[in-house]
Amino acid sequence: MKRKEIRLLAEKNKPGLAVLIGILLLASILTVLLTTGLGPVSVPPGTTAKILLSRLPFFGESIPVSWEILDENIVLGLRLPRVCLGMVVGASLAVCGVAMQALVRNNLADPFILGVSNGASAFATLGMLFGAFSFLGTYSLSISAFIGSAVSILFVYGISRVRGRINITQLLLSGVAVSMMMDGVTNVITLSAPNALGLHNAEFWMSGSLAGARWAYLTLPLVVLVLCMAVLMIHYRELNLLLLGDESAAALGVNVRRLQKLLVLVASLMAGVTIAVSGSIGFVGLMVPHFTRFLVGGDHRKVLPVSALLGGILVVWVDVAARLLIAPEELPVGILTSIIGGPIFIWMLKKSNRDKA
Amino acid sequence: MRLEVENLTYSYGEKEAADQVSLKVDRGEFVGIIGPNGSGKSTVLKNIYRALTPDSGTILLDGENLLSMPYKKSARKLAVVGQENEVPFDFTVEEIVAMGRSPYKKLFDIDTPHDRQMVHHALEHLGMDQMAKRSYLRLSGGEKQRVLIARAIAQECDFFVLDEPTNHLDIRYQMQIFDFIKRLQVTVLSAIHDLNLAALYCDRLYVMKNGRVVLEGTPEEVLTPEHISEVYGVASTVEVHPLTGKLAITFLPEELQKQKLEGQRGNLRWAEKKREGAA
Repeated sequence: MKRKEIRLLAEKNKPGLAVLIGILLLASILTVLLTTGLGPVSVPPGTTAKILLSRLPFFGESIPVSWEILDENIVLGLRLPRVCLGMVVGASLAVCGVAMQALVRNNLADPFILGVSNGASAFATLGMLFGAFSFLGTYSLSISAFIGSAVSILFVYGISRVRGRINITQLLLSGVAVSMMMDGVTNVITLSAPNALGLHNAEFWMSGSLAGARWAYLTLPLVVLVLCMAVLMIHYRELNLLLLGDESAAALGVNVRRLQKLLVLVASLMAGVTIAVSGSIGFVGLMVPHFTRFLVGGDHRKVLPVSALLGGILVVWVDVAARLLIAPEELPVGILTSIIGGPIFIWMLKKSNRDKA
Repeated sequence: MRLEVENLTYSYGEKEAADQVSLKVDRGEFVGIIGPNGSGKSTVLKNIYRALTPDSGTILLDGENLLSMPYKKSARKLAVVGQENEVPFDFTVEEIVAMGRSPYKKLFDIDTPHDRQMVHHALEHLGMDQMAKRSYLRLSGGEKQRVLIARAIAQECDFFVLDEPTNHLDIRYQMQIFDFIKRLQVTVLSAIHDLNLAALYCDRLYVMKNGRVVLEGTPEEVLTPEHISEVYGVASTVEVHPLTGKLAITFLPEELQKQKLEGQRGNLRWAEKKREGAA
């Protein structure tokens, strides 16, 4: 009885969207300020804030230089791009998770679990090795990763669709199969041709890292994030309808085929370009949307922006833990997200079985 | 004529699930499709509400070709309540009903006061306005189905397609839902499992078997013991019920079926024997 009352209370007092997004924006800014200072060499948040402010146009002139040049180099050259990349990667993975969950109509979908990140990694290494797409210059890696994720999504989706419905067992199993195959490909390539791959070793692709972050890496993922987010937000009604099932969605005026194609495109784009810069960071696309729905319900108008912000904040903080836990060594951030996300996934799986019974 | 389906054919694989189906629905009519499981009722309806695309045949809705109509336009003319009512994500009742407004929305439109009013009105109509903020996931089957009818009302269509909407419900909710829809005075095309309900609510019936329409007409024309035995393979008696003035069908168990072949006398003899046995 008591639980029911609490539930009813919680249902009545769901926070307003504007308030929630305001709080999360504030939290994001705080996160950037705090985490930019944190690392093997820490810089106090006050100094970080001053260094950052001094770089703003108009405003920056008035701030006296009271910090060491080393601090400035660490903050601006090393940490800030890393934190910003963390934000973008986290947001992209979370939104990618939301898109995939709408596509397969199940909240257990995630680019990592369904083998999409592994596909992106495999194709990225293939692309590097054979120099396919090299005429596209800096973007060749991202584009091969995009193709890899698109292939994996279509494959997993195709297998798990039985008579117009997504079968959850098929979905998860085909995800496992695809990710194993793709991991195998990645391993063979990274082991047999180590020189061709430069910075990116097998560990990078399997467990993800933000350590190599540079400003130049940021542009494409950010552009893709903004674009995809805009496309998804425009279609938020259709996304909601898709959760009712293909048939109901069609009956309510959704061109289901077109929307599904769009979702495959958006999800693979986001997964691909993200994984090309950060390797595969697992379970973000699973945990964040789940927690978001707990906060705001299932409406995509709310789920999309809130997930994006929460995802960014989560990845940045996990990345802080990754560089602090065994400092001066670094843990790959993907290992940490897996350690947190794995148990949550198992819990959700159990729960979804219980709900059905 | 609101809906004209001509020679509709659709197959899931090699076998035709709907084979040269033709049917018509007039304005204001309540038309039922009956038939055994797997006879193609649902397939025909899914082709009409565009969850499936026919292999061949034509469908005219208000004289326009339905198959080339934009999805949103057909959704403004035709509302669907189907069997599928599970939503694996957390939405409030209000949010589900508001989805009925989406056929009226262009890409950048936001919800207007008129939308909110329509949603409120629809919920009120079904006596569910108190439940607006409740989570849809935690409603009972009958309540869920009522929410979906509210959504269909919010869709502002005067043509309802019902795909066995009462299939898994208690008889009380089955009646309640048909009563609601009857009261709306809209045009209805519905697949119905229960022949008694079909006789109670429908103006006209189509009977399907193995993907084909085998019979059509008023309930009185269609629901005769002979036809029922041909289509469903069970014996029955059909009478006009004194209170409803509609047909009431009683199905006879196997034991009685044999007796029935021997005629009324055999029947009596059986009853006598039974009475003796009891005594």
